[in-house]
Amino acid sequence: MTDQTALFEYLLRLGDNTLVLGHRVSEWCGHAPVLEEDIALANTALDLIGQTQMWLGLAGEVENAGRSADDLAMHRDVWDFRNLLLVEQPNGDFGQTLMRQCLFDAFHVELLTDLTNASDDRIAAIAAKALKEVTYHLDRSSETVIGLGDGTDESHRRMQAALDLLWPYVGEMFTPDAVDDAMRAAGIAPDLNDLRARFDTRIDAILTEATLAKPESAYAQSGGKTGFRHSEHLGHMLTQMQWLQRAYPGATW
Amino acid sequence: MYAQMVKSEASQDDPEKLAGFQARIDAGEKIEPKDWMPEGYRKTLIRQIGQHAHSEIVGQLPEGNWITRAPTLERKAILLAKVQDEAGHGLYLYCAAETLGVSRDELTEMLLDGRMKYSSIFNYPTLTWADMGAVGWLVDGAAIMNQVPLQRTSYGPYSRAMIRICKEESFHQRQGYHIMMKMAQGTPAQKKMAQDALNRFWYPSLMMFGPSDKDSVHSAQSMKWKIKMNTNDELRQKFVDQTVPQAEFLGLTVPDDTLRWNEEKSGYDFAEPDWSEFFDVIQGNGPCNTERLAARNKAWDDGAWVREGLMAHAAKKRAAKLAAE
Amino acid sequence: MSQEWPLWEVFIRGQHGLNHRHVGSLHAPDAEMAIKNARDVYTRRNEGVSIWVVEAQHITASSPSDKGPLYEPSESKVYRHPTFFDIPDEAGHM
Repeated sequence: MTDQTALFEYLLRLGDNTLVLGHRVSEWCGHAPVLEEDIALANTALDLIGQTQMWLGLAGEVENAGRSADDLAMHRDVWDFRNLLLVEQPNGDFGQTLMRQCLFDAFHVELLTDLTNASDDRIAAIAAKALKEVTYHLDRSSETVIGLGDGTDESHRRMQAALDLLWPYVGEMFTPDAVDDAMRAAGIAPDLNDLRARFDTRIDAILTEATLAKPESAYAQSGGKTGFRHSEHLGHMLTQMQWLQRAYPGATW
Repeated sequence: MYAQMVKSEASQDDPEKLAGFQARIDAGEKIEPKDWMPEGYRKTLIRQIGQHAHSEIVGQLPEGNWITRAPTLERKAILLAKVQDEAGHGLYLYCAAETLGVSRDELTEMLLDGRMKYSSIFNYPTLTWADMGAVGWLVDGAAIMNQVPLQRTSYGPYSRAMIRICKEESFHQRQGYHIMMKMAQGTPAQKKMAQDALNRFWYPSLMMFGPSDKDSVHSAQSMKWKIKMNTNDELRQKFVDQTVPQAEFLGLTVPDDTLRWNEEKSGYDFAEPDWSEFFDVIQGNGPCNTERLAARNKAWDDGAWVREGLMAHAAKKRAAKLAAE
Repeated sequence: MSQEWPLWEVFIRGQHGLNHRHVGSLHAPDAEMAIKNARDVYTRRNEGVSIWVVEAQHITASSPSDKGPLYEPSESKVYRHPTFFDIPDEAGHM
C-alpha cells in the first residue's frame, strides 16, 4: 500500500465516522426527551457534519480524482465506507444514543489530541479545530451517562443494557491494521495501544461514577473501518442519505 | 399565524385599574411579569404565547422529516441548524409564558392532549426536497410578517423573546428561497418539483394568518392590549404583495387564476383559501394531525425516564453535598 | 406528572470586559447541566465568553410598587450623567 492510498483510507475513516455518527444524531431532531437535549444533540450533529466536510474534503484532495466531500458522502456504497461499526448502530433509546456517543467521544478526544501533532499540517489543523468541539461533546455525554446511570432504577437498568449492547464495538477502535501501521510510521496516527490505555482510564472513571459495570468479555466485532463487513444498518442509512443524489444524477441542489 | 384564532378573555376587573392599565399600554410602556394585569390579558397571552411555542415545536417535524435526506452536507447542516433554531424559539416562548404563572410541562400536557392548538400549517406533509424551499420561503415568510411587529408587543418577556427570534430567523426565509432558486434554475424535474411545492403550500400559507377578523371582538380586544398588532387581512395582503414578485422571479406560477394587480389599492387581488379546509385542519382532520401529535406524544412519553433519571441524580448529588458539609 | 426540571435564569458576558446580561431562561436538573444547556441554547451564534446561571426561585425581585421610591430619587440627580455638563467642542474630547 502506498502512503497516499493509506492516507486516503485513513481520512475516509475519520470522515466516515463523523458523517455516520452525525447522521445518526441528527435523527433525534424534534424527538428528544426535553427541548434542551434536542438543541444540544443538534449542536453535536452540526459539529460532526462540519468535521465531515473537512475530513472528506481533504480525502478528496489526497485522492486527486476530482471527488468532493459530497461526492464521497453521497456516491459510495456500503463496502466503500470506512467508519467504525459503533457509530452506525441505531439510536435505540436516548440512553443507547448517549452511551454510543460517550464511548465514541472518549476515543475521539484522545485520537484528535494525538492528531494535533500529526506530521501533516492539514491533519493537525483539522484535528485542532475538531478537538475543541469534541472536548465539549465528551463533557456533555459523560455527564449524561453518569446522571442516567446513577439516576433511577429504570434509568440505571437502561444504561447498563446500552453499555452491554455496545461494548463489543469498542475493541474495533483500537485494533490496528495495515492502514493504521502505515499512518503511524508516517508520523500521523497514534499508537493505538497507548490510546486504549488512556481511553480505559477515562471510561473506567465515568462508568464508576455512573455506577455501571464494565462488561467482562473482551470480544470485539470488526469489519467497519476496513469496510470488510459492515452491519446491516449502514445500508439502510445510506438509502436515505444518498437517495436524492442517486435519484436525480447530475442535479445541483 | 403561528397563533391563529386566539380567543381573548373578557376582563371582570376593577374599571379604574383597567383604565390605568390601558393608559400604560397606550403610552407604550411594557408590562412586566410582576405588574398588575387584567386576568383576561394574562389568560389571552398564555393562550397566544403557548400556541406560538407549540407551533415552533410541532413545526420541527415537517422539516425534520428531510434532515436525513438532505442532498448535500451543507444543505443538511443548514436545515438542521434551522430546525434546531425552531426548538430554541419554542423554548424562549415557553419561558415567556412561564412568567405568567403556567409551567412548561403544563403547557406541554395541554398540547399533547389536544386542549391547546398549534398552527394549521404544520399539519401538511413535506413530500419532496422542494418543500424545504417552500416551507422556508412561504411559511417562514408568513411567520416573519407577524413576528416583526410583535417585537413591539406590550408584554415585556414576549417582546424580548420575539426580538431574539426575529434576529435568529433572518436566515430562515432566505435559505428557503435559495433552495427554490436552485430548483427553479435546475433540471426539468427539479423545476417541476418546485412548482408542485408552491402549488401545495400556497393556500395553506395564506391560511396561516387566520380567517378575516374585521368584525372579531377578540381581535379588537387583543389589538387594544397590543398583543396583536395587525389584522389578519392586513398581514395576508402584505404577504401576497411581497410573495408574488418573488414567485415571478423564480419563474413559478402562483396557483390562483384570479390573481391580478389592483392599481387602486396598489396591491394584489387574490383568491381566498378554502376556509372549510382550514376549519377541518384546526379540528384535527388535516393530512398529518394524527402523525404530528403522535410524534410529540411519543417523544414526551419515551423521554420520561430520562427526565426523571437526571432529576434523581441531581437530588442524590445535592444530598451528598449536604452530607459532606 | 413527574417532577419538572427547575427553571434557571441565564446571564451571559458577551465580550471580555462587559457585564453579564440576562439573556433568558431554561430548564435543567441541576446547576452543572444548566450551564451546559445555556451553552447549547444561548450561545449557538458565538454570543458568549462567560455564563452564569441561577435558579429562578432564588432571585429576589423588587415589587413594581417600589418602583417610585427605589428609582425616582436618582432620576432627579441628573448631574450624575455626563450629558448634564455642556462642554464646548473647543475643549476637545472628554
